[in-house]
Amino acid sequence: MPDVVVIGAGVVGAACAYYAARAGLEVTVVERGSVASGTTGAGEGNVLVSDKEPGPELDLALLSNVLWRELAELGGFEFEAKGGLVVAETGEVQRALTGLARAQAVEHEVVAPEDLPRYEPHLATGLAGGVFYPQDAQVQPMLAAARLLRHGAPELRTGETVTGFLRSGDRVTGVRTDRAEIPAAAVVNAAGTWAGEIAELAGAPLPILPRRGFVLVTEPLPEPLIRHKVYTAAYVTNVASDSAGLESSAVVEGTPSGTVLIGASRERVGFDRTLSIPVLRALARQAVELFPVLADTRLIRAYCGFRPYCPDHLPVIGPDPRAPGLYHACGHEGAGIGLAPATGHLVARLLTGAETGLDLRPFLPDRFAGETS
Amino acid sequence: MKHETEFEISFDGGPVPARQGQTIGAVLHAAGIRSWRTTRFGGRPRGLFCGIGVCFDCLVTVNGTPSLRACQTEALPGDEVTSG
Amino acid sequence: MTYDLVVIGGGPAGMAGAAAAALAGLRVALVDGGPRLGGQYFRHPHSAEPLRGRFPRLRAAVAGRATVLARHRVWTVQREDDLLAVHCLAGERDERPRTVRGRRLLIATGAHDRSLPFPGWDLPGVLTAGGAQALLKGDRVVAGRRIVVAGTGPFLLPVASGLAGAGADVAGVYEANRLTGIARRARPAPAKVAEATGYALELLRHRVPFHAGQAVIAAHGDTGLTHVTVARLDRDWRPLATRTVECDTLAVGYGFLPQLDLPVQLGCATRPGVDGSPVVEVDAGLRTSVPGVYAAGEATGVGGADLAEVEGLLAGRTVAMDLGRTARPAPALARRRRRLTAFAEALLRAYPVRDGWRGWLSPGTLVCRCEEVPYARVLEARDLGALDSRAIKLLARPGMGWCQGRVCGYAVACLMGEAPQPPRRPIAQPIRLGDLADQPEETP
Repeated sequence: MPDVVVIGAGVVGAACAYYAARAGLEVTVVERGSVASGTTGAGEGNVLVSDKEPGPELDLALLSNVLWRELAELGGFEFEAKGGLVVAETGEVQRALTGLARAQAVEHEVVAPEDLPRYEPHLATGLAGGVFYPQDAQVQPMLAAARLLRHGAPELRTGETVTGFLRSGDRVTGVRTDRAEIPAAAVVNAAGTWAGEIAELAGAPLPILPRRGFVLVTEPLPEPLIRHKVYTAAYVTNVASDSAGLESSAVVEGTPSGTVLIGASRERVGFDRTLSIPVLRALARQAVELFPVLADTRLIRAYCGFRPYCPDHLPVIGPDPRAPGLYHACGHEGAGIGLAPATGHLVARLLTGAETGLDLRPFLPDRFAGETS
Repeated sequence: MKHETEFEISFDGGPVPARQGQTIGAVLHAAGIRSWRTTRFGGRPRGLFCGIGVCFDCLVTVNGTPSLRACQTEALPGDEVTSG
Repeated sequence: MTYDLVVIGGGPAGMAGAAAAALAGLRVALVDGGPRLGGQYFRHPHSAEPLRGRFPRLRAAVAGRATVLARHRVWTVQREDDLLAVHCLAGERDERPRTVRGRRLLIATGAHDRSLPFPGWDLPGVLTAGGAQALLKGDRVVAGRRIVVAGTGPFLLPVASGLAGAGADVAGVYEANRLTGIARRARPAPAKVAEATGYALELLRHRVPFHAGQAVIAAHGDTGLTHVTVARLDRDWRPLATRTVECDTLAVGYGFLPQLDLPVQLGCATRPGVDGSPVVEVDAGLRTSVPGVYAAGEATGVGGADLAEVEGLLAGRTVAMDLGRTARPAPALARRRRRLTAFAEALLRAYPVRDGWRGWLSPGTLVCRCEEVPYARVLEARDLGALDSRAIKLLARPGMGWCQGRVCGYAVACLMGEAPQPPRRPIAQPIRLGDLADQPEETP
């Protein structure tokens, strides 16, 4: 009998399994699809500190940033500590950006307009400046998830769907799948955008909903045009937005395979995969505005994913008092890849009864009491 | 049969004979030039493969415009084709 | 302006569909990526338009009745309320975005060669059978001096006889299947028998040997092809004995794959075809599951030009009737479609792809040409927990490159032991970001 069953083999589930295994627990991972087949496989690989408002999520991001660098030492997946450059269209926005950077108190460099080409030679002219965040990084999330699972060496059960929970009174004592019953001392819900359905199965609903994001991929370029993750200040406001309609602010970056990724549209349209030309146009326009040289670069692919978001845009991490033995590790919205290691690390600490070293209260599932019952 | 105009294009500076209506891929292949780019990881030579615009192996630079499918681009008099 | 019908694809199915609909009084636009009508089957040089046969008849039926938009490549199709918007890139090197709108849409996008990977298949000089044929028919270029033709399917014969007739030294035709009992199973029409006999005679005349149950399992050369390894195969295509054949060119094809990017974008239901590859599901009137969208030709199942033309005619008539025009019933046409479909399906059953080809691969053999993914990396991804070809793509990148898996998708699915899935390609043709950012022009 395993100590822990982790539901979901996305990057968050993989990190939970990895850290739990490293803490000496016996872990089984149950995944209805393949490794990284949900939101992890439809992301950009953002490991960002720059876009976080000061507060609990930034603390989580900073912890994660350190952990990602450690995990990268394991090898077998791309991790690029390339840094992020946030640019401002106007002087007013630049003042707001520098104010935010000061409040965040993370490593940063304020970049004067005339110095922008030193960071990004192909950046549009006429910008009012920017802030460079050396800690921002890029990870290839699918391979990272697969490698974490390999290094943690849990029992990996792919193509198997959780259909219910084993209970002893209120207590969760394992999961029931379409193939077997798996008793376990604890269960971790790392089902990402589908974590609400899992929580529902446990009779402990969570308000997690899908937010659709499109990512554009260009032809592979012979020479790297773009060195960092580059985006405009509008991205920061969009991340925290409550609007249901289309918002987009392109995050543009090059990848080791030579392609340029353009990401970050955000819409609440349920699980609808239909290609939206207005979204594609908006992303393309913003990318070309940032890097005029991209106008002649060809788009060869577009994909969309469904980011799991909560009403307060914070993830859900911690034990569920409604179902003792059940822990949540989900709802990371567009930041799941960045926040995965910290989430896994904290969940492993909780499972072993160790001190977490970080105030978990903002992330606990209790915070929705009254909203979902 | 219409009159078939013959002309020249250049490949990496050297002249290559072409007939009106032929694609750049056909013109190069007919001249014995079978590859005009190398892959970005392994440096492997590539030229025509599918011949109908599906595989993108035959990408070529014409008059400075990169990433054109040689099998889908009609050769025009004076075209300067460069390998890459 | 808004058309009653937009037809995508200027081959036999699309031309016939456009002609039938236009004859019934509809305003029709026919969109095709190529410089002239004809598609792959009626491909012809710029300077020598065929004067006899079905092509000039179809062309005459289309000309003056439908708006022909050549050199228009479709990158996406979208529903806009009651209309279907066909988003194109017009031109070649100076392409411009243009949108054509219609009340109905007929998808007749044809097929391309089905490829299998083998060591050395990305060497210059290795072409698809269709590629060698396109060079010959469209550009009057003989693909090489000494040519090996290999793969499976009836298409290998016209390719080999065409090349031999044009002066190439065709070293041999290597048909992987053994072809026992084909005539009995397929029961071909007399015209088909005559056609096949014609190719066989042409090969005989040029002393081109035909070997059934043999395949090219490796291609060799440094910067270009110099020779191939030919193997005698068992029933499952496992090599029994090998020998070397010198050649500068290999034309290789294992049947055809329908181009389904656009119907899948629109959500048209597909089903596994006789050969396992997905095809668009249509009713007797060639209607797809999506209202207003029709499909004809190879998209509904690979069946050749005759069947494609019949389906196009039927589809054009159905569209006309669905838009309230009167069209006389055509029971003979429907019967002909059934007969040709039965023949096509018998051929597909006679020329299957057998699993033994997987044994031709070595760890270093590229499975994906674009992203240069060797077989070893596919195995490694499977070992890391990838269950299906989508997961393999995410972990190892086959199908992520320029061709978006059009070339390797079939093989990757086979390697994962799954049936090939309908392709999800929201961007059917590369489009410049600057063109995407601009609002497109309307086509008059």
